[in-house]
Amino acid sequence: MIRVTDQPFTISDAVTEFERHAAGAGAIVTFSGLVRPQSAEGEVVTLHLQAYAPMTENGIRHAVDAAAIRWSLGAVQVIHRIGDMTPGDPIVFVATAAPHRRAAFEAADFLMDYLKTDAVFWKKEVTASGSHWIEPRAEDYRDRSRWKQQEES
Amino acid sequence: MATILYFGKLSSLFGELSEQAPLPSEISDTATLRKWLDETRGFDGALMHNSVRVAVNSEIVSDPFPISNADEIAFLPPVGGG
Repeated sequence: MIRVTDQPFTISDAVTEFERHAAGAGAIVTFSGLVRPQSAEGEVVTLHLQAYAPMTENGIRHAVDAAAIRWSLGAVQVIHRIGDMTPGDPIVFVATAAPHRRAAFEAADFLMDYLKTDAVFWKKEVTASGSHWIEPRAEDYRDRSRWKQQEES
Repeated sequence: MATILYFGKLSSLFGELSEQAPLPSEISDTATLRKWLDETRGFDGALMHNSVRVAVNSEIVSDPFPISNADEIAFLPPVGGG
């Protein structure tokens, strides 16, 4: 299940919905990403996200399919906000369900690395000193490359 | 009329997310479109940067890719981060 939405969502509701959907799994891992109050540029006023439908959804679907090939998963949920957010707002929710915990942990980690580097989103941060568009950090690419190294070894 | 979309910092530079534009007859591929828009929309080189990818009808393509007035053409700066 993939949802890219300009509507706010509540993490507890997302967890409850996923638990229902993943009934019978032995392990559920959920990750929630929130808008940070501080950035390198200062105090964050708003974070604005753009997506390109349907390219953004299609890309996430491919990543979910890749995770399902690599790990034994019962269910996967990705919710990603677009539009305007303020610090503390949930921006991303990833949930994975599997028979055992290792697959659920690793698949959630893999999907987050995809969402941080390759997913089709553009982020603009507005601080007291102005606004700027965020580009991936070197460590985001490093995080993602862990999965490629594992495939090769 | 072609639909042209600008994402990320390109949307800030243009001031809008999209425009509907009739393509001049000499603009028949993404490379000439990119150069024409860069010069006529005040991008001042931002659209010519090689990190800016182009998609035609939601598929990433390589310049020069043929286009017509029925197409949706999107200019995509680097994604991700934060």
